[in-house]
Amino acid sequence: MQSALGLALKQTREAGGGRVHVIRLRIGVLSGVVPDALEFAFGALAPGTPAEGARLVIESVPARFWCEACAREFQSEDLLAECPDCHRASGELRAGREMELASLEID
Amino acid sequence: MCNDCGCGLPGEKPAGVGAHHSEPAHEHGHGHEHEHDHEHGPGHHHGHDHSHPHRHPHTHAEAHAEPGHDAAPPAENEARRTVEVRRAILEKNERLAERNRGFFRARGLLVLNFLSSPGSGKTTFIRESVRRLEPDLKAGVIVGDLATDNDARRLRESGAPVVQVTTGTVCHLEAEMVGRAVQQLDLRDRNVLIIENVGNLVCPASYDLGEDLRVVLLSVTEGEDKPLKYPPMFQSADVVIISKIDLAAACGYDRAAALANLRRVSPRARIFETSARTGEGMDAWREFLCEQQRARRTLGPLG
Repeated sequence: MQSALGLALKQTREAGGGRVHVIRLRIGVLSGVVPDALEFAFGALAPGTPAEGARLVIESVPARFWCEACAREFQSEDLLAECPDCHRASGELRAGREMELASLEID
Repeated sequence: MCNDCGCGLPGEKPAGVGAHHSEPAHEHGHGHEHEHDHEHGPGHHHGHDHSHPHRHPHTHAEAHAEPGHDAAPPAENEARRTVEVRRAILEKNERLAERNRGFFRARGLLVLNFLSSPGSGKTTFIRESVRRLEPDLKAGVIVGDLATDNDARRLRESGAPVVQVTTGTVCHLEAEMVGRAVQQLDLRDRNVLIIENVGNLVCPASYDLGEDLRVVLLSVTEGEDKPLKYPPMFQSADVVIISKIDLAAACGYDRAAALANLRRVSPRARIFETSARTGEGMDAWREFLCEQQRARRTLGPLG
């Protein structure tokens, strides 16, 4: 969260902004990040910065896998993905590990 | 601090790198004595002139009542706007990891990042690996722990140069810590760098250190379903070492189940079944590393 906040504040400064009102993050379900932990850390880190009082919005990105054998992409709720057609485990993860600062609302 | 678990909150001492000193565990000062060196830049930047009408309706609920805060006066009258960023949060770590990678590549080093839960045998496995790699492969070691230099002392028994990184309350190594530690390591005649990460199967998965291979250990004493419980870590593995196989019978280890689980979660990982104590499986591991090191040499420096 420190990196996320640091990046948010830097972007705000570069955009000539003062206060941060909303921080939007995109977090992949396979990133290992626990949204509650982010909220907690944000609450501890933000006071005293221009992001104090800002709202943290976390968008969860589902895991998408690629099945080599069937040449198809599939989504999985399960972290351990099996191709719905051939039932083989897929090694190639195409999305779901994101930890991204998507956008900010600032003034 | 860690994006995953929130460890290392402000007020903590920054991670220390040292070859000798063993620092006692830092007192946790959770939260309240931050020493931010205020990121506040409102108003200090960009002389772009605002021609916004003063006094427009404030839509946002957050009325920041901070009288006397040193923000430039017009700030509160500026319109609220959305800035698209779309950048990776760990970008800084990724940049530093790439820098490490360039440095390692230029020196022809094969770099391994060892990860596992605490107690799965990383230190013993690394010590025995280093011994067995001589004389073809000469390793230097960086070892990360929250506190103490016990592991560094154990690793020095192998004869390799070792640098200890004490991370304080941070639960993982970051590229920057490795970049600093490597400066203290005498790498002149070395061709392998082994990094022993902090024992933790969650957060270190997110931090690239600039390694060539990510090596995840799973000891037979941990239970066959560990890969299913911690998929991100096992999914990111290039190599999985099943350690302590000399204890397999004693703890009722189900080999078939463990391998099936690993193939499910880490289908691309090379798997080695080993015992550092009896030496079983260590030759195959050694051969693999020699091959990998030869492959690096022919790659040459980046760029």
